[in-house]
Amino acid sequence: MKKGHEHKNPKKYGMVIDLDKCTGCGACMVACMAENNVPFKKDESNKLDSITWLRVYKLTNNKPYPDTEICYLPRPCMHCEGSHGHSPCVSVCPATATDYSTETGIVSQIYTRCFGCRYCMAACPYHARYFNWWDPVWPTGMEQMLSPNVSPRMRGVVEKCSFCYHRYQLAMEKAYFEEREDLEEDEYQTACTEACPAGAIVFGDLNNKGHAVYKLKSDPRAFRLLERLGTNPKVYYLSSREWVRRQGDNYLEHEETGKARQKVHH
Amino acid sequence: MKIDRRSFLSLGLGAAAGTALTPLPWKLTDDLSIWTQMWPWTPVPQDGETTYVNSACAICPGGCGITVRKVEDRAIKIEGMDGHPVNDGGICPLGLSGLQLLYGPRRIKSPMKKENGKWVKISWKEAIAVVSDQIDALRKNGEAQAIGCISGLRKGTTSQLLERFLLSLGSPNYMSIPSSYDAYELAVSRMHGRRMTAGIDAEESNFILSFGSGVIEGWWSPVRMIRAHSVWKEKKAKLVQMEARLSNTAAQADKWIPVNPGAEAALAMGIAAVIVKESLYDKAFVENYSRGFEEFRNMLLDAYSPDKAASITGVPSSVIESLARDFAGASRPVALYGRGNGSQPGTLFEAMAVHALNAIVGAVNRPGGVWAVEQTDDNDWPAIQMDEIAKKGLKSPRIDGLDPGSEKDPGSLVSRFSELAVSGEYPLKALFIAGANPCYSFPDSNAVKAAFEKIPFIVSFSSYMDETVEYASLVLPNHTYLERYEDVPAPRGMGKPVRGITRPVVSPLYNTRNTGDAVIELAGKIGGSVAESFPWGDYETCLQETFGEEWGTLEEEGFTSDSDFSPRSWEEAFKEDSGKFNFASAGFLDSVREIVPEGDDGSYPLILVPYDTLRLSGGYIGDPPFVIKTVEDTVLKKRDSFVEVNPETAGKIGVKNGGYATLSTPKGQVKVRVNHYDGIKPGVIAMPRGLGHGGTDEYLAEKGVNVNELIGPIPDPQSGFDGAWGIRAKLTRA
Repeated sequence: MKKGHEHKNPKKYGMVIDLDKCTGCGACMVACMAENNVPFKKDESNKLDSITWLRVYKLTNNKPYPDTEICYLPRPCMHCEGSHGHSPCVSVCPATATDYSTETGIVSQIYTRCFGCRYCMAACPYHARYFNWWDPVWPTGMEQMLSPNVSPRMRGVVEKCSFCYHRYQLAMEKAYFEEREDLEEDEYQTACTEACPAGAIVFGDLNNKGHAVYKLKSDPRAFRLLERLGTNPKVYYLSSREWVRRQGDNYLEHEETGKARQKVHH
Repeated sequence: MKIDRRSFLSLGLGAAAGTALTPLPWKLTDDLSIWTQMWPWTPVPQDGETTYVNSACAICPGGCGITVRKVEDRAIKIEGMDGHPVNDGGICPLGLSGLQLLYGPRRIKSPMKKENGKWVKISWKEAIAVVSDQIDALRKNGEAQAIGCISGLRKGTTSQLLERFLLSLGSPNYMSIPSSYDAYELAVSRMHGRRMTAGIDAEESNFILSFGSGVIEGWWSPVRMIRAHSVWKEKKAKLVQMEARLSNTAAQADKWIPVNPGAEAALAMGIAAVIVKESLYDKAFVENYSRGFEEFRNMLLDAYSPDKAASITGVPSSVIESLARDFAGASRPVALYGRGNGSQPGTLFEAMAVHALNAIVGAVNRPGGVWAVEQTDDNDWPAIQMDEIAKKGLKSPRIDGLDPGSEKDPGSLVSRFSELAVSGEYPLKALFIAGANPCYSFPDSNAVKAAFEKIPFIVSFSSYMDETVEYASLVLPNHTYLERYEDVPAPRGMGKPVRGITRPVVSPLYNTRNTGDAVIELAGKIGGSVAESFPWGDYETCLQETFGEEWGTLEEEGFTSDSDFSPRSWEEAFKEDSGKFNFASAGFLDSVREIVPEGDDGSYPLILVPYDTLRLSGGYIGDPPFVIKTVEDTVLKKRDSFVEVNPETAGKIGVKNGGYATLSTPKGQVKVRVNHYDGIKPGVIAMPRGLGHGGTDEYLAEKGVNVNELIGPIPDPQSGFDGAWGIRAKLTRA
């Protein structure tokens, strides 16, 4: 079924987030909300129903004063590849509302196909998916700022980070119009990457040697979240702090970080 | 046909298999989602041609360039401007949410007058007439000096026009809201002997000693500093953060040094004392380009020996000594002044202590250090015309007792506003408010509200319904920064000259008017010398004439800058004897050194300090919906604010994590919830600025506690600036 979509040079878009640079300011969260018509309620303090495609978590080393440390970790959708595109959510969706693109490596979410069973939310180990419990309501006048590039969702559907897929579509349209088949690195960037004042988020094609992410993903500081589940996520994190890397997965006391990834690769 | 068990089962299974092989279930799920989703009330945003407009952000003094994406005439997204000297594409959460201010429910849509406690829409003509009648009456009565103005910004043409307006009327009471940058400028000016403006060459530093500055939490120019922080990480520069709480900056620093709140100045002096004692200072600078070093040395060795500094600051003397050696040993060190996001001025002594620390290591007018650049007048406007009334009015002292012309003038003192406005030299009879929300953001904001109630005529230029507008008699709403032309001066601490311009990205949505135009029109209506002082037809003409040749570039690019600019070298800047850096300048060595938090430690055993975060706007504009959505549930939950308490302290008091408590200070009492936080010094508790707004915006109002209500100002005896950082407090289980 997927053969028809196969591309000569399949791309694998991914992200490398440098936690040493991340300041926890929250600009990526807001850039994402503004770019993707993410709704908001009068009270967003219940984080279980607060829709944030990209959420910044605050980690702590759990040590008492004065040895306490904190670190912020932005969490978009990991766009898991699993093995051969079997990402946890795609495998369980009964409505084919979420799919793995072999052309870009992006896990899509098609709102008009979703009927809200929320299997994908249960399957996602990253809590990257959010359910619309209510219809979104924009205060009078604020509908003016909705972007036509992303359709507003309605109650009863699941939504999540799309790596700003509409930006990919627009860039490809432009490329085809100029009779090109490939994109330059800077032609397709996500909203959070562009906004990040720290330059902590780097986005690009993990398969393309010319893109910054290609090299960064093999940085000695790099790790991925819950790698040992075999989700094969496309979001990498960099941290020079061992306790931060340890929180990326469930390690036994004697286990060292950094081993898991090698196992998956072999 | 007989239906037996066998045929029933095979028929049933066959039907099930058959249905599963047809597209029917898939069609049904698809239809099901379509039937349950195609509601007419789900908006379908109109598509159209996409365009981009370069402009500037004017929400905070950070001076970022922005690019606004538009579809037809709708603005749909704000992004950071690529290639801008301040932010180069980066942008903060508040800047990103600007369109929610433009299109949001907080807007004031027309001039309004308060009648019997209710707002009534009026025309601009009527509004201007009401104000000019009031002013005429006061001026005829010889009370021109009783007109005041509070402006949120110190620089830029709009604030200059407002100051000019007040002077032409005959009032010396134009007040801007001072920040730590103003305090640092004053310190630099005194020590360099001339009016100076200070730039921090942050990107070039490799050892940054921050005295509580929230370098990545909004300090001075938020996006520029976050970018500088990333540069430091790349080249492995060292950042040392000194404050009582593990802020985000402290968390990202190479070293966090918890210090007793308010003892930052003593720590700076303690570090300087070690540098002097161990002769680690920059001898080339100190011997050739400075004076007063002997007095400075004596004072340091006498009052700030490592043991004495350790007892004041709570930092072990060994730590102070090693910090001093590292700092003096670095090739490009710099020390930073201004706590949190730098909005509070703090004491002149602390600013001078930090600047002296920069000077003894030679980090003045040197790459990676502090650039002192002589202040120049921003404009060459014609002289202000003054009639007899104005001349007489200007003979009155300012209500805050400042002498605006004197060299000692530290800018403006609004820290004691509530006391001075109603019971000072003379009570204010009329007050203009522009770009400020004193009833929310001034310390002891309840006292400010009480003072506002006593001022008979208050005119607000606010674009948004806020706490201060509620106390106004009249609103002349400004366009938002996305609907108006206005110059944006170089951000605090930029060093290199940069100017931005906001422009009408969209045509004004409502019946609002640029404050610059409103002031020019008001002056015209008052007539006489006041009108003559404003020779421009409108504000845009004023801008064009002010910036002359620069205007074209501003219009085209959205900003102007001089990237080749560099400060004067030591030989040029400190050449003459009188121009030498003065370690013993007025008010430094003999000044009051520490400000003790208000309240007695018997009744109030803890110290409450405020903190700043980029997810909460503590300034005159409160959080838009997107930004308040990013606030963690350990800071705000439903309508409850959390106070950060060290688990050890909480254990002694008996307050559980997440439990309710009563927080009281000498200024007030509130109900809060407790957040056990290991990253805060025992005995110190902290709350963020930016919550507890009033007003009518349901996305912002009535959420949490305004920490400004709990903390009062303490005027610094040297400058008069608010030198308080926190207050004594008591926490009890509720």
